[in-house]
Amino acid sequence: MLTDRRTLAVISQLRSAVLLAVGAILLFGLAYPFAGTGVSQLLFPHQANGSLTARGSTLVGQPWTGPQWFHGRPDPDNPLRLDGAPGASGGTNLGPRSRQLVAAVRAGAAKLRGMGVQPTADLVTTSGSGIDPDITPQDALAQVAMVSRSTGIPESRLRRLIRTMTVGPELGFLGPSYIDVLQLNSALARIR
Amino acid sequence: MHFALTLLLLAAVLALSWRYLGSYLEAVYSGRVRWLSGAERVAYRLLGVDPGREQRWREYAVSLVLFSGASLLFTYALLRLQGQLPLNPQHLRAASPLLSWNTAVSFLTNTNWQNYAGETTMSYLSQMAALTVQQFTSAAVGMAVAIALVRGFSRAGASTIGNFWVDTVRGCLYVLLPIAFVAGALFVAQGAVQTLAGPVLIHDVLNGATQLIPRGPVGFMESIKQLGTNGGGFFNANGADPLENPTQLTNLLSVALLLCIPVALTYTFGKMVGSRRQGLALLAAMGLIFAVWTGFTGYAESQPNPAVAAAGVVAQPQGNMEGKEVRFGVLDSTLYDVASTQTSTGSVDSTPDSYTPMGGFGLLTGMMLGEITPGGDGSGLYTLLLFAIIAVFIGGLMVGRTPEYLGKKIQAREVKLASLGVLVMPVTVLVITGIATALPAGRAGAFNSGPHGFTEILYALTSQGNNNGSAFAGLNGNTAFYNLAGGVDMLVGRFGVMLPVLALAGALAGKQAIPGSLGTFRTDNATFVVLLLGVILIVGGLTFFPALSLGPLLEQLSHGRFF
Repeated sequence: MLTDRRTLAVISQLRSAVLLAVGAILLFGLAYPFAGTGVSQLLFPHQANGSLTARGSTLVGQPWTGPQWFHGRPDPDNPLRLDGAPGASGGTNLGPRSRQLVAAVRAGAAKLRGMGVQPTADLVTTSGSGIDPDITPQDALAQVAMVSRSTGIPESRLRRLIRTMTVGPELGFLGPSYIDVLQLNSALARIR
Repeated sequence: MHFALTLLLLAAVLALSWRYLGSYLEAVYSGRVRWLSGAERVAYRLLGVDPGREQRWREYAVSLVLFSGASLLFTYALLRLQGQLPLNPQHLRAASPLLSWNTAVSFLTNTNWQNYAGETTMSYLSQMAALTVQQFTSAAVGMAVAIALVRGFSRAGASTIGNFWVDTVRGCLYVLLPIAFVAGALFVAQGAVQTLAGPVLIHDVLNGATQLIPRGPVGFMESIKQLGTNGGGFFNANGADPLENPTQLTNLLSVALLLCIPVALTYTFGKMVGSRRQGLALLAAMGLIFAVWTGFTGYAESQPNPAVAAAGVVAQPQGNMEGKEVRFGVLDSTLYDVASTQTSTGSVDSTPDSYTPMGGFGLLTGMMLGEITPGGDGSGLYTLLLFAIIAVFIGGLMVGRTPEYLGKKIQAREVKLASLGVLVMPVTVLVITGIATALPAGRAGAFNSGPHGFTEILYALTSQGNNNGSAFAGLNGNTAFYNLAGGVDMLVGRFGVMLPVLALAGALAGKQAIPGSLGTFRTDNATFVVLLLGVILIVGGLTFFPALSLGPLLEQLSHGRFF
């Protein structure tokens, strides 16, 4: 008798368990993200769709080559893969005593020196996302001579441009100051 | 200087959350919050649950296990069937059986270990209906167990510890859902994507680059990922991805979200046992370790990266920027990763694998202490209470009195259950790490060579055993060995602690309360905090020191050598 009652109680609990799992999927797996998408598309359509401009997302770094542009960080171009699916974001995961990292930094630094840029730490290290869209003002200033030589824009004009494009720290103290490379180069293109 | 203001703002937000969210949580779990009582009633009717009927600990545990089993099955099924299901704009195929097993266990246990890259593996439906769902329910279950344990202390001569269904539903509806929704909107306002339209192709005429930019329902997953101390992000780079964690503001919001519930629960605890000072003592122990670890790891990361310096770039004004985002810089990145490893969240805004040896040591040891500073939603509080019981027991031995905690005699059964709950994690982690390093299949996963490779393995199994989910992501975890072993590690790390905790709750609730006297060992003063810290550090330190010395310590001491 007792075991029967217990079995019945467990069956009733099993029913509740399955129903709660299904209910959670309906509420948190469908209703919640749908409602969130609705609110986002209504209130913040630009951000919700990826902060897109005609030239790309201001939140996704792009590869810049040649001395006429400011360069971002030497991230691998993961999201550029075009075999039907986007690539995955992520860092190199190379450890602080990795020979591979030494070699990669050495190569990056040599390339920058060859273009007349004194390498800064950010310009030879890769980011955590692999698509870091930003550099610091110091990283941009290190490239002023190179860009000026190749475009003919006076260095003072470029320094002013860097100052106007610098954002942060937010609230005056959160994190460092930084510059979005895509927006910086778009402004550069307008000057030319 | 700037960073001090960041910490000050964070402390202010957490102080408010401690006081007000803590008090709100107490009201929620005692049934005095009723603004969604209509929805609640409907839920109970559908579930066939009588909300007025409480459960003994065994029945509570059975409900929990059955619900977890059902959740596991549904998550697994959704991942396996995603190729046939809608909301899959990239036409992704089913996740493999072993990966689905590992992922389903991972999200069920609040771990959010990810052996996959979200944007190339999971359909939007899987991200939403398989993963985001678990980010709500696993956090609610953790909180429910913590509250059940606190009821064990606050009740006397009682046979029941609450109703699992009611506790879980209330945690979801009254706490997680409203906060996650508002925070989700904030993430999107700052730039996190939130759309069901697929990836977008963009060509930049300036540099000739063509990009396929991944998108998805990200912002509202991000908020519950942090609030629920889950940590599993939409994109592979997790919180480092600018489409997921776009600004310095969202970075700090993330840290505040993942800390707020674990911190607030110490207030809830104090209120439920009738003495806020008791909760403050636990918070002090959590806060001290958290502060020391944040300082230590921040200092370590402010040092130059040795590999970058060896390559000739000696000037590294910020410190180690390899694997970090420019918009966050070194200190804010470190704060995020420390907070997420010490809360069982495991989200990252910078790559732990590329941290300096001592920075990585800071993250790894934060997890090894058992995720109690302040730990995950609920799991932090209940695990810390296990340590508190052991501290009281040791204190009792030292002064030769029967130990008591919060008016309850701590006897053999309680000490056994607490020891079991505290030791199950280190035993599982070390045994599986031993197996992994002994087997070629385990060693093959390491990406970096030398001691750093060992750290990758140790970090992975520590992370999963603690239901954290943070990764030295170089490790290739999507193999039969790591999918299987990791799944076991996570299950034991979760239920091997939860079930003893529930048994303890039952044992404590049944005891009569003994009024405190002058001879009672105080558990709300500095002496107790120091004793508790000693127990935590000695248990964690002694168990893991040998393993640590083969990983980060060896790496730190091998000056000038590269692997």
